[in-house]
Amino acid sequence: MAKLTLPDSERMYSGHAACPGCGPALAMRLLLKGLGPKTIVSIPACCWTVIATPYPTTALGVATFDNPIEATGASISGLRAAADALGLEGVQVVGFAGDGGTADIGLQSLSGMLERRTDAIYVMYDNEGYMNTGIQRSGATPRGAWTTTTPVGGSARGKPEAKKDIMGIVLAHRPVYAATVNPAFPEDFVRKVERAAERKGPRFFHVFAPCPPGWKFDSDQTIELGRLATDSGIFPLYEVDEGRYRVTRKGGALKPVAEYVRAQGRFRHFTESDIAALQAEVGARWEALLRAERETAAPEAVPVAAH
Amino acid sequence: MTRMVLSGNAAQAHAARLARVQVVAAYPITPQTTIVETLADFAAAGELAAQYIKVESEHSALQVVVSAAGLGARTYTATSSQGLLLMHELLHWASGMRAPIVMGVVNRAVAPPWNIAVDHTDTVAQRDTGWIQFYAESNQEVLDTVLEAYRLAEDPAVRLPAMVTEDAFYLSHTVEPVDVPSSEEADRFLPPRDARAILVPGTATRLGSFTGPDHYVEFRREVARAMERVPETFASVEEEYRRVTGRDHGGPLPLYRVEDADTVLVTMGTATTTARGVVDDLRAQGLKVGLAKLRLFRPFPVEAIRSLGAMVDRIGVMDRSFTFGAAGAAATETAAALYGSPHRPTLSGFLAGIGGRDVTPGEVTRMYRALLDDRASDVRWMDLEPTGGIVHG
Repeated sequence: MAKLTLPDSERMYSGHAACPGCGPALAMRLLLKGLGPKTIVSIPACCWTVIATPYPTTALGVATFDNPIEATGASISGLRAAADALGLEGVQVVGFAGDGGTADIGLQSLSGMLERRTDAIYVMYDNEGYMNTGIQRSGATPRGAWTTTTPVGGSARGKPEAKKDIMGIVLAHRPVYAATVNPAFPEDFVRKVERAAERKGPRFFHVFAPCPPGWKFDSDQTIELGRLATDSGIFPLYEVDEGRYRVTRKGGALKPVAEYVRAQGRFRHFTESDIAALQAEVGARWEALLRAERETAAPEAVPVAAH
Repeated sequence: MTRMVLSGNAAQAHAARLARVQVVAAYPITPQTTIVETLADFAAAGELAAQYIKVESEHSALQVVVSAAGLGARTYTATSSQGLLLMHELLHWASGMRAPIVMGVVNRAVAPPWNIAVDHTDTVAQRDTGWIQFYAESNQEVLDTVLEAYRLAEDPAVRLPAMVTEDAFYLSHTVEPVDVPSSEEADRFLPPRDARAILVPGTATRLGSFTGPDHYVEFRREVARAMERVPETFASVEEEYRRVTGRDHGGPLPLYRVEDADTVLVTMGTATTTARGVVDDLRAQGLKVGLAKLRLFRPFPVEAIRSLGAMVDRIGVMDRSFTFGAAGAAATETAAALYGSPHRPTLSGFLAGIGGRDVTPGEVTRMYRALLDDRASDVRWMDLEPTGGIVHG
């Protein structure tokens, strides 16, 4: 196995208030490894409000700004504008929001920030629900998952609706750079952050962020579950740079989704036909992703056709 | 100084320009829109070196300036009625973060039914958000008060956001001669913002944070203390403004012909001008009436009201908004201020000018007559159409 080549820098301290095995905690740590010391992180109401620890302490070694849940996009537009107006050098502005605060209530200000081309990085850490408030469903909760507002029992079988496609929504705004990242693949994660940090304009990350208490799995399985998510095609790793797709992890044939599903209590009620339906959906999405990669490839990167 | 013919909205924009605001965020909403249009023209012409952020909602407009102020920028935004209501959540954030934002608000009725004429419900409904609130009577007062509001909001003793309101159409879209200070005069009065003790990139600082009962109350008390320091600070700010420009507007509760008055009406905004004419007419008839303009509504000028109460027998308060289930807000605040005073004149509340209904000299005269006849009442709706005209079911 290749040796890890992550930067030594740590801008997130131990003593944070995350649950054991918290995906969002790993996401913040890896994100900050790829960014400079003059990063400002704007955080809405979400798990990270609490993880960063209460006044007068902080778990972050960078300037941190709190904003209400629906306004992260606007907040980073304001921080960027002030940094530019005041002539502050080397400042990287980051919004770090959950899936509810991004894909549900915060969608409007995210869209505004992307449309007005704010020079900032927006990170959506996706733990697929309102976990900090007690595991309620969000637009990003996957179809069929149990949450406290999508119970299982009687005629109810978890969330009836499909997961909202945040990357599709973001890409429709033509950001400079957008990528999916997964703490189970830290080098890919940090490399993409470093790449984004060099760019100007609106940038976006969709982070796979497992939640042991919300998804009902053991807290020592976060990385294992992350690897399964990507290698089964549930959460493929890719980047879209100026509209050009590149899949950053292709491990041959995808693993069956059953292993990923069976590892989590929130899918305990899934039948074989539920899993088959998910398998078909994941397969179709994976093919569409590979097609997008082919169709947007740079001319020089197109393989020479076989004679 | 230059004399220009300006609308209230243009006066707002000129004041923001003279304040050398660094970040402006704006969303269009009638009838404040020409404020942000004028600012856009200033920016395009190179007369305003600000980051001008066009946002997708009033909520985002206020978030942009809250965040920008958090980093140390001088900021401005403007709104009206529904937009201000949408900002409500962020109003609390602004004061809690001690962001010295100045915001222009064009007072307009709240829906339903839709009505874009003047009414004070929009801003009165924000009185508990920790914002300083000024109500203006003229376009000159709009311009001067915006500049004063920056100096007051940014004073280290205060560090609170301030809104400067103007009555829809009567000020926002009506032009009158306004003396506009030169940039040199404005700079002399208003130095660049001292942005110490805020978020600093490169340090482990956090602005906002979260806390339990062990600290929260102390944060709130700090905001309350800052509010308490406004009257004294504003007095010195207005004195300094007068020194630089030769003008002031008489503090938080300017008085008119109250010296030997036994009966005084308290008004807000443009109704004051009408009432001043009525006072002159009634004085000519030998009646001892006077007028007090409630220019500063938050913090409420308790001491000034008590001083007034000690001078007269009857006070009437005219509100241009209504607190359902109680009375007009200025009337109840005045009552609360007077209750703690040894001198408590008779108090009456009048509702007039709601949703832009004209406040005529005749209407104001009837208020004074009711006071002089000792027909005091908690709430008197002055100008209802006797036939109603509303059809239910």
